[in-house]
Amino acid sequence: MTGRRILGGYAVLAYVFLYAPILVVVAFAFNGGRDVLFWEGFSTKWFEVALSTPEITQALRRSVLIALGNAVVACILGTMLALALPRMRPWVRTPIDALAYMTLVTPEIVFAIAALVFFVQAGDRLGLDNPLGWQTILIAHVVFNASVVALVVRARFVSMGQSLEEASFDLGAGPLATFRQVTLPRLAPAILAGGLLAFTFSFDDFITSFFVTGPTSETLPIYIWGQLRFGVTPAINATAAMMLAFTLVGVVVAYLVLRRSEQGRERGGLPGV
Amino acid sequence: MRPRFRGLRATGIRETADSRLAHDNRGARAGAGGPRYPGWLVLPAVAWHVLFFLVPLGFIVATSFGTVVGFSDIAYTWSLDNYRYLWDDVVGELHIYRDIFFATFKLSIIGTLSTLVIGFPLAYYIARYAKHKTLLLLLVIVPFWTSFLIRAYAWLIVLDPEFPLFRALGLSDFVERQGILFSEKAIYIGVAYNYLPLMVLPLYAALERMDWSLVDAAQDLGDSPLRAFRRVTLPLALPGILAGSLLVFIPLTGEYIIPVILGGNKTFYAGSLIAQQFLESGDWPLGSAIAMVVIGALTIVLLVYARALGKQEQFG
Repeated sequence: MTGRRILGGYAVLAYVFLYAPILVVVAFAFNGGRDVLFWEGFSTKWFEVALSTPEITQALRRSVLIALGNAVVACILGTMLALALPRMRPWVRTPIDALAYMTLVTPEIVFAIAALVFFVQAGDRLGLDNPLGWQTILIAHVVFNASVVALVVRARFVSMGQSLEEASFDLGAGPLATFRQVTLPRLAPAILAGGLLAFTFSFDDFITSFFVTGPTSETLPIYIWGQLRFGVTPAINATAAMMLAFTLVGVVVAYLVLRRSEQGRERGGLPGV
Repeated sequence: MRPRFRGLRATGIRETADSRLAHDNRGARAGAGGPRYPGWLVLPAVAWHVLFFLVPLGFIVATSFGTVVGFSDIAYTWSLDNYRYLWDDVVGELHIYRDIFFATFKLSIIGTLSTLVIGFPLAYYIARYAKHKTLLLLLVIVPFWTSFLIRAYAWLIVLDPEFPLFRALGLSDFVERQGILFSEKAIYIGVAYNYLPLMVLPLYAALERMDWSLVDAAQDLGDSPLRAFRRVTLPLALPGILAGSLLVFIPLTGEYIIPVILGGNKTFYAGSLIAQQFLESGDWPLGSAIAMVVIGALTIVLLVYARALGKQEQFG
């Protein structure tokens, strides 16, 4: 039993380790003083400063829009992939699977420079003056996130069994009707969860965005990176705290949605029907 | 006899409908099971992956055999010069690029080991003893979903000698003398911190499936706790250890953010070297060659891993 107590104490320390740095950033975002490391009373003024800095608000808006667009496209592509893939012939499925996994495991910087070279060369050939911008960030983000959505949706699709889909096809419904009436209601939580994760990944992404961004399309992480060269400031902490809040809402909602659908499945019901 | 006959007939109709569908979707049908979603649904995602992932990787391969002409144009000369340069370049007594690859390997190994050592007891506690397993696991995952960049720069504050906690404890001078910030130590702390969740998740998944009565049995039969751990727990946790190690090791080979922010961009690794070629030096062919070396080394590691694991499905 002492082993258990020691491990319990260790776990507490581990959680302190995991959360203390994040909480420090958030706490210092509420510091009234100008210096990051000297506490001068509680204040929300740095949030006001951050929100009235045009670079920050524009970057925030751009980040949210890219993340939203990425989530929508990734959901569509990933879900289509997840629906068709599980029961294809192995020799068709395996290379497609391998490609999707490759997008997940390739070190991000390698993909980032590959995308950069590709976009620049393609832009040259298409005669574009400046091929890089929010569009290229969006395209690059979807590569990774379509695989993420496919992974999440497919796990649910396979585990819930497909006898209802088979019945629907047997009764003469086409793929679209079957998807709308049979699959979507049961799969919606997984798709939504996948979409929220895709949003989070895109919103937080730095490396890929940094390499394929143009001069006028700074996202929030790129802005923070640029400012860090001049050291940490309270305004940066406030910006970071807002980013954390954004992501946390997404993650917690994704978790709750997935958990509710899990419980619905355990009760034998069809969630959302 | 009559109902049975009807049953057969019904089956017959079903099969006709089935084979009609089979005909319609011929290209998409697999060996097993009934009707399914048509195979062409994979096309948009596959097209996206081929066009915006596979083709760009092909560009990198081609670029790595190229040379810079003029200011920044790339000529596809299909020469091995970049690779030769990476292997041979010597400044003074040092093979800089070889040393950087070695440092990258060391960072990946030490980073993986430290997350394993820190993460295993935590995963073990959650899996075996914790009451609210899901909640505790979620608490491990949440930092992983938050911005990597912010989690890295948080240590700029925490490791600063002037951090209020150090001042309150009178440790500022001591921390100052250690010179942790902007050194390799800070990089290793940042790596262990940022990658810990990636290690704990698969460890927990493996330990959670474990039948703990096996450990009790081993101890009842005379094994010391340590021996029982080594002979029972460790082998059963091995798939989780391998999966977690892979999840941490792979991205570490291209780590860029942490060495720049916490190491002050003084210690170079493959990731920061690639970035430097693309952002500052403008030598894209050399940068591509470095990326290819990383990919090549990773492929070897993955093949060894796959071999060690047999044909067990890992990412499902």
